[in-house]
Amino acid sequence: MKEKLSQIKAEALKQIENSDALEKLNEIKINYLGKKGELTAVLKGMKDVAPEERPKIGQMVNDTREEIEKVLEQHIAQMEKALRDAKMKKEVIDVTLPGKKNNVGHKHPNTIALEEVERIFIGMGYEVVEGPEIEKDYYNFEALNIPKDHPARDEQDTFYVTEDIVLRTQTSPVQVREMEKGKLPVRMIAPGRVFRSDEVDATHSPSFHQIEGLVVDKNITFADLKGTLAEFAKELFGEETKVKFRPHHFPFTEPSAEVDVTCFKCGGSGCRFCKGSGWIEILGCGMVHPDVLRRCNIDPDEYSGFAFGVGLERIALLKYEIDDMRLLYENDSRFLKQF
Amino acid sequence: MNTALSWIKAYVPELECSDQEYFDKMTLSGTKVEGYERLDKNLEKIVVGQIEKIERHPDADKLIICQVNIGKETIQIVTGASNVKEGDKVPVVLDGGKVAGGHGGGPLPENGIKIKAGKLRGVPSDGMMCSIEELGSGRDMYPEAPEEGIYIFPENVTVGDDAVALLGLHDTIFEYEVTSNRVDCYSILGIAREAAATFRKPFVPPVVEVKENDEDVNSYVSVEVEDKELCTRYCARVCKNIKIAPSPEWMQRRLAASGIRPINNLVDITNYVMEEYGQPMHAFDLAAVAGNKIIVRRAKDGEEFQTLDGQVRRLDSDMLMICDAEKEIGIAGIMGGENSKITDQVETVLFEAATFNGANIRKSAKRLGLRTDASGKFEKGLDPNNAKAAIDRACQLIQELHCGEVVGGTVDVCAPMKENPSIKFEPEKINKFLGTDIAKEEMLSIFKMLEFEYDEAENTVKAPSFRQDIGCFADIAEEVARFYGYDKIPVSLPSGEATTGKLSFKLRIEEKAREIAEFCGFSQGMCYSFESPKVFDKLMLPEDSEYRKAVKIANPLGEDFSIMRTLPLNGMLTSLATNYNRRNKNVRLYELGNVYLPKQVPIKELPEERMQFTLGMYGEGDFFTMKGVVEEFFDSLGMNGKTVYDPNAGKEYLHPGRQADIIYKDVTVGYLGEVHPEVLDRYDIGTKAYIAVLDMPEIVKFATFDRKYEGIAKYPAVSRDISMVVPKDILVGQIEEMIAQRGGKILESYSLFDIYEGAQIKEGFKSVAYSISFRAKDRTLEEADVSAAMKKILNGLESMGIELRS
Repeated sequence: MKEKLSQIKAEALKQIENSDALEKLNEIKINYLGKKGELTAVLKGMKDVAPEERPKIGQMVNDTREEIEKVLEQHIAQMEKALRDAKMKKEVIDVTLPGKKNNVGHKHPNTIALEEVERIFIGMGYEVVEGPEIEKDYYNFEALNIPKDHPARDEQDTFYVTEDIVLRTQTSPVQVREMEKGKLPVRMIAPGRVFRSDEVDATHSPSFHQIEGLVVDKNITFADLKGTLAEFAKELFGEETKVKFRPHHFPFTEPSAEVDVTCFKCGGSGCRFCKGSGWIEILGCGMVHPDVLRRCNIDPDEYSGFAFGVGLERIALLKYEIDDMRLLYENDSRFLKQF
Repeated sequence: MNTALSWIKAYVPELECSDQEYFDKMTLSGTKVEGYERLDKNLEKIVVGQIEKIERHPDADKLIICQVNIGKETIQIVTGASNVKEGDKVPVVLDGGKVAGGHGGGPLPENGIKIKAGKLRGVPSDGMMCSIEELGSGRDMYPEAPEEGIYIFPENVTVGDDAVALLGLHDTIFEYEVTSNRVDCYSILGIAREAAATFRKPFVPPVVEVKENDEDVNSYVSVEVEDKELCTRYCARVCKNIKIAPSPEWMQRRLAASGIRPINNLVDITNYVMEEYGQPMHAFDLAAVAGNKIIVRRAKDGEEFQTLDGQVRRLDSDMLMICDAEKEIGIAGIMGGENSKITDQVETVLFEAATFNGANIRKSAKRLGLRTDASGKFEKGLDPNNAKAAIDRACQLIQELHCGEVVGGTVDVCAPMKENPSIKFEPEKINKFLGTDIAKEEMLSIFKMLEFEYDEAENTVKAPSFRQDIGCFADIAEEVARFYGYDKIPVSLPSGEATTGKLSFKLRIEEKAREIAEFCGFSQGMCYSFESPKVFDKLMLPEDSEYRKAVKIANPLGEDFSIMRTLPLNGMLTSLATNYNRRNKNVRLYELGNVYLPKQVPIKELPEERMQFTLGMYGEGDFFTMKGVVEEFFDSLGMNGKTVYDPNAGKEYLHPGRQADIIYKDVTVGYLGEVHPEVLDRYDIGTKAYIAVLDMPEIVKFATFDRKYEGIAKYPAVSRDISMVVPKDILVGQIEEMIAQRGGKILESYSLFDIYEGAQIKEGFKSVAYSISFRAKDRTLEEADVSAAMKKILNGLESMGIELRS
């Protein structure tokens, strides 16, 4: 009996060793370990064995079965791995073939610039508000210290609808509308479309965008204005950016300033981009004129504020080095796809 | 405004700085310098030489050989110039020197022209004699220069001296951008005063003393101002025995450097004083002033008047006129009349220096279409005190330049002058406002430089009369800030109550619209808000369409930009056309922009502005691609209520069989469709195009960012497919409505998986197949549940005339 088992085992292991296909291994499994297999046949022959020998023989049969099973499983696993490896070898692809894109659309460069500006000011606690594009003369001019026949009206060639209604020439009227609401403190930016009767060319458009900023609170100082805009310029144009405040005049702010930033192309050493000066003008600003506050029922002895206005197209043209403003309104897909 | 720095320095004698320093400091104190140009930047080694001998060139008819004494030595110069003779003193550029331009004038090379010794037709030449053009200038600035040929100095100059200095070309022209509030700085004295304060040097204005004769001006002329509102001051002086001649060189050069062509002593003096004082003056020939009387009054409506440029102008009663006893002789502040203009034969001159109501001048100039240097100044509102100073200065120059004799006295009709307000001087308040810590004394010293009066007893400051821009606390704070230096003011961030930075809900929805559009392949375009009224015809809108009622611009750039759009389509179609024309493939664009809907015509109040989300595309995709974008958008806004696509949208510009109104919860929120082929033709778009327009104010009402988790189904769904033969006129939407209505509580979803018309289907019918899915939240559905629901659905469909296929 014992010899027979050794013989079965040796024969099985030999067959396993010589197998070269998964099917053959499965065959061996059935032949030796299956219900009609050789080991089962041995167990069936137990009836001829002396009863006291039976447990011993039974144990030997099980050991043999386990041994064959173990070797068999090892071979099957090896064989399966080899097969998978071979399959994967055939599945090699050219990874340099182009990707399958979803062809997403692109934002307008103005919007990208606007979102950057909004992000910066929202982070500083400013609310984004809007005002009408067709505006009352009062809000666009009179409330901002620009009465009828003020010379400043010539500087902003205005489209009129009626004597009292204009296409707004600036986003500044939103300041007045916001202050009139009487909710203080105010920290807002107001982006939007403005209009001036300029003929279309590479640097002019009769319709463009501005972003107005306004802060009104107790103890707002000119230093706060400087600090805020310096922070803004750094965020927008890079940490190294320096700002320069030059005195200027706007009817609705006093003191007023124009702000230059160091040229982000040459860093301030002077290049063609900044016409050699090292500086690029980006915005106008100032402390809200006391008359403007008063007109909005805010007491200038108690409150002060600052305001600023940025040309959105100017930022977009500068940042993305777009050399012709007309491109912004042609909507050529080859242009838009670059942003 | 362009001015030579030397003229400024004449009144700030201690001013010493480089051009760049002047540029920077003036700009930082508020007198913005646009740029500057050194007149001698390419003038090197140029001295006065005297021609001692001239000989013919042996080999060239047009050349001569000159022996030129340049002080230390005599050099030989060959020239082609024909205007020189022996004894002439001329500018000579030596070997290795530089001139600014060619002898014929024209644009100057950036780096000048280098001059080297050489040979001309075999004869050595050690330098060059210069024309005024070669020195970078011209006859405007140096009218004494010959039209062609070498510049010749007067005899009294010293041989060997710096010729550039003698010509006054060691100078720099600065270009200023003066802000509209600083009318005082439209003058040399104004800028000089700012320069003095900026560099903290004394300001030394000209000393004006008029040597007048014993006569009385009142016996020459009388002045009557009828409208004192419009004419705040009228000063008149008379000069007699006028001798018209060229003005002196220094005056001509200063004028020329400012861009004013010298003419003769009389004209030059008025222009000079206008530059110097910023006060326009007018000179009348007294002989032409009837009755020796000046009357300042309004014109009569419809009157005509010939100005001294020869043009006939039509007047109205808002325009102020200068008249004599009989007639008009000038439009006040704008231009004099042909009938009283100065000729070379003038004997007695009447000078006028007046101030007028700025707003009135501005309006008149605008209506006349005649803006002059003078009106540009008057319209900013001039200082009446300055008028008197200027007319005296002019008379002083008449006398000093031997142009004539000044009659004693001034006729001066002056309305009571508006005093500048006294402003309380509160240094702490100024510091608190600026965020600075500037000493009181420093503030006072700034006021002093600017000629502000400080009343110690009252503790007030008051600006001089030429500073009409100073009216309140903030104004004096600005003066302090300017001269303390904006750059020295510290930086800080606003303190105080914290505020929430945010986008409005409307803007968040717009942000979502952009996100979805871009996700679906649409790029953002921007179109103009104004367009041509012809657009309505182009879009085939009926004559009585509400959309034809648009906001009209009273002063448009042209008809093409004359109305505010009521529909966003023209911009989108124009953009698609641009792309199509440029052969761009598969173009998808969107725009977020307002349309402007008048509340009434003609406009009396602000129109309604409605944000429109417009999508347009051509190339890959069809109606349902566009519809899919709309559906994605609604999903993203939590708009999962009932949406109906009503084919009866009635849009004239869309394909009649391929358009739909988008109705959400019974509200029309937009429309979409294929663009009408006729409209495509009109826009030259040679392929099918699709558009969708969503009316954002309505969308915003329905949109929400609230989401509630509904759980994931625990029990299995059961699905059934049905296949139908449907009469063609029944819409899929109607089938879906029936399924939704009959499916009961267990109906989970339904989806179209096939639609077919063609050979196998009988005429007038289409084949439609749906997959319907049922599920219960609380149990596994029994066959009976599903069958019952399906039966109801099928009965419903059959009642519509739909045949079921097995």
